[in-house]
Amino acid sequence: MNEAPREAGRLEVQGLSLSFGGLKALRDVSFAVEAGSITALIGPNGAGKTSMFNCISGFYRPQQGRILFDGENVTARHAPARAKLGFARTFQNIALFRGMTVLDNIKLGRHAHMKSNALQALAYWGAARREEIALREEIEKRIIDFLEINHIRHMPVGSLPYGLQKRVELARALAMKPRILLLDEPVAGMNREETEDMARFILDVKEEWGTTILMVEHDMGMVMDISDHVVVLNFGQVIAQGLPSEVQADPRVVEAYLGSGDPAALMKRINETQEAA
Amino acid sequence: MSDELLFFTEVSLAGLGSGALLSITALAFVLIYKATRVINLAVSEILMLGGYLFFAAAAGFGLPAWIAIPLAIIGGGIVGAIVERGVIRPMLGESAISVFMVTVGLGSVLVGLAELTWGTDPRTLPEFMSNTPIFLGDVYLSPKIAIAMAVAAVVVPLFLLLFRFWRGGVALRATATDQAAAYSCGINVPGVFSLAWIIGCATAAGAGILLGAIGGISPAMGVFGLSALVVVIVGGLDSVAGALIGGLVIGLVEALAGTYLGGEFKMVTTFGILIVALMIRPYGLFGTTEIERL
Amino acid sequence: MRIATAKQSYSSDEALLRTNTQWAWMGILALALLAAPFLLDGYWLYLACLVTINVASATGLNILTGFTGLVSLGQAAFMAVGAYTVAVLQRDVGTPFLFNLLAAGALTAIVGVLVGLPSLRVKGLYLAIATIAASFILHFVFVNWQSLTNGPSGISLEPATFFGAPLTSNFHLYWVFVPITALMVLGAANLFRTRIGRAFIAIRDRDISAEVLGIPLLRYKLLSFAISSFYAGIAGGMWAYFFRVVTPESFPFITSIFFLAAIIVGGMGTILGGIVGAVFMTLVPELLRFLVEWASPFVPNAGTLLSPVRTVVFGALIVGFLVFEPQGMAEIIQRIRRFFHLWPFRK
Ligand SMILES: Nc1ncnc2c1ncn2[C@@H]1O[C@H](COP(=O)(O)OP(=O)(O)OP(=O)(O)O)[C@@H](O)[C@H]1O
Ligand SMILES: [Mg+2]
Repeated sequence: MNEAPREAGRLEVQGLSLSFGGLKALRDVSFAVEAGSITALIGPNGAGKTSMFNCISGFYRPQQGRILFDGENVTARHAPARAKLGFARTFQNIALFRGMTVLDNIKLGRHAHMKSNALQALAYWGAARREEIALREEIEKRIIDFLEINHIRHMPVGSLPYGLQKRVELARALAMKPRILLLDEPVAGMNREETEDMARFILDVKEEWGTTILMVEHDMGMVMDISDHVVVLNFGQVIAQGLPSEVQADPRVVEAYLGSGDPAALMKRINETQEAA
Repeated sequence: MSDELLFFTEVSLAGLGSGALLSITALAFVLIYKATRVINLAVSEILMLGGYLFFAAAAGFGLPAWIAIPLAIIGGGIVGAIVERGVIRPMLGESAISVFMVTVGLGSVLVGLAELTWGTDPRTLPEFMSNTPIFLGDVYLSPKIAIAMAVAAVVVPLFLLLFRFWRGGVALRATATDQAAAYSCGINVPGVFSLAWIIGCATAAGAGILLGAIGGISPAMGVFGLSALVVVIVGGLDSVAGALIGGLVIGLVEALAGTYLGGEFKMVTTFGILIVALMIRPYGLFGTTEIERL
Repeated sequence: MRIATAKQSYSSDEALLRTNTQWAWMGILALALLAAPFLLDGYWLYLACLVTINVASATGLNILTGFTGLVSLGQAAFMAVGAYTVAVLQRDVGTPFLFNLLAAGALTAIVGVLVGLPSLRVKGLYLAIATIAASFILHFVFVNWQSLTNGPSGISLEPATFFGAPLTSNFHLYWVFVPITALMVLGAANLFRTRIGRAFIAIRDRDISAEVLGIPLLRYKLLSFAISSFYAGIAGGMWAYFFRVVTPESFPFITSIFFLAAIIVGGMGTILGGIVGAVFMTLVPELLRFLVEWASPFVPNAGTLLSPVRTVVFGALIVGFLVFEPQGMAEIIQRIRRFFHLWPFRK
């Protein structure tokens, strides 16, 4: 089971629309996430970023549009099937399982790739036993060491500070054998130091595992630092996309965030709110 | 009218009558659920207690019905207040299932206490309603059933009006919609909780008197509450209209099934309806759908 | 706190019993179970068998309700399915003891899956109420499917034979029931060391995100129903061999509440909880009986008080534990353990 990371996937969203009753959360959204890149999805509160993630991971069914993964249309697939395909994600509001230890939470990520059945599980025999021990070993070597969470592996997740919980969520996503990693606000609510740690981990994942990463983030500093491509959503529509530097200078983006003003003021203001949080 | 049709009409009327009782009991569930998001299974036992309190007051102390009835209803309300304050409020924030189980446990305590006090044998309540048979044309209607219907016809609209216009009712609705927001608007949320439990349990006690008058009382009469629970699940846990319509429908169906298929079919039909209703509309016919987000 | 080293053996860290102290305790328990039938008199042996059956059933319910978060008030009805299966097989087919038990488990598992189907759409309390409905419908079937169940008068069983040896006394049954229940408990403990157990807990803690993490919800909810009712079916089968008569009233609705209460009092979502809960809740009524017998010289008609007092205590235990110790007795035991440091606590 100690195999190399899976090949990174390319995600393409084509003309996606999603509405809740009268509310149009996404309108004809199209963008692509190149294999092995870090793409940031940004936009003001309520722009539809999390809804986009929910569509990609299969939790919401968009009314229109397609989601392609390495050219294959996955729009009709259910969430668990997509997870197996390599869609791994973290959540804006941490969704760890409070009744389990850190280790079990991480192990859970591997679920879709394991094979043992209920009888083997009841007996803890054969495939079940082998699989579990191999999984443990791999998690220890590749994830726990990597994310520096050795000291907390047997702790119940509920007792951990927020920053560490976010890290455990990342660990769980990594255990899912991701081909694309969807990170919903990975550093929200973190202090400077924690943010830098997390940014380093994300870059390391890209470098060492080569995984494609799509991330939603409000911390503009981090977005500009680590992403290769930025997509800006506002009121459910893509209003700009391109290199971080291009997007940063785009007046429409500034408009969306501030109403008006210059990019420098935008950065300043956003960083201030982050600090205050 | 042919004899068969006549019989059918009489059975249906009787069914609607017990349906009216179901509606009243269902109201107790709905009221408490609306305000506090608790499914209070102990409503069944409060109902039983209402019957016994009336029995104690009327037969034990020989009080006239017009005193014994309010006493029993007030007694139910007091039990509701004690329960809410004593064990439900400390459970605030616990999972819905834990709180539900607390009410199950409470029900067991109440049954045991009733058995200790009054024994396990069924008893009949002293007569307090007129016995003159009522005829609608040729159709015979038991006066007790007629009274149950009349009471429901008064109580249900009263509840609707209270919810809409009375200050406490408005506070209750606000609390039901959003507890935190109600708090910040200066609504006395704990007060509303108490109020809902008091009124809910008083209602159940009143239903217990009516039920006891029709069928006698016993510590096990709380099973009636299970049918009422079916009513609220079918009608929607937070819907007064659902309680009314659901109650009448279930009452009617139970009566028809009991008469034409046999008594043993009563419960199965009710629960069959329940399962079908749940599969079609998981939050009841008139209930509010709960949305989950990631 | 332990620091991982490359040489660390993960398989030993994944074991059920990890320390010598744990092995020692388990040894003591095994010895006690072996010695018990020689030390206990008839009445206590009867109780020991009853406790064993209840432990098996409570452990099954704990898998469904404590670990997967699907509240079921149908446990008694599931046990009834198992009991009837055993009774009918013995009466009409004459298949052997172990086969009958397994068949009871399997058939009940199928019924469990059917009852679990509403979990496709229904959650939480609504599901609990659907299981109430299912148990009344099953009760109806037991009463009315006369040709199979013999209606309200029920079915009487011959004593079972186990590889030729007749299981006539509680002493015999004890030696069969205890190993079966021990295996079932072990199975449950194993389950939660694997992906299936983790999936169950994930569904309990937050089912909507579990789906996005690769767990097909309906399949696992149904699997939980299947395993849990398999346990109930076997427990019901043992019950049938124990009491040797099965009627529709053998498993009243209150029995379902009893088992739910047992896991609440014992501790939901811990294997230990299911065990201690079942033991405790089975023994409390007996304790009350002693109390009432002891009080009978002083209290008139003490005998008639027994049943209502049990009902009150039963309810009060549910309420008391939920309000004051929601984690149940298992948590109390853990606390004591931590206090004495008898058992190096893993952290
Ligand atoms: N399940 C739902 N039902 C109804 N409306 C929803 C649902 N999910 C999201 N919305 C609405 O869709 C819009 C987009 O929400 P979304 O959570 O995607 O925003 P976001 O860009 O992630 O914002 P934030 O930065 O605050 O996380 C919002 O108006 C939100 O209220
Ligand atoms: Mg969001």
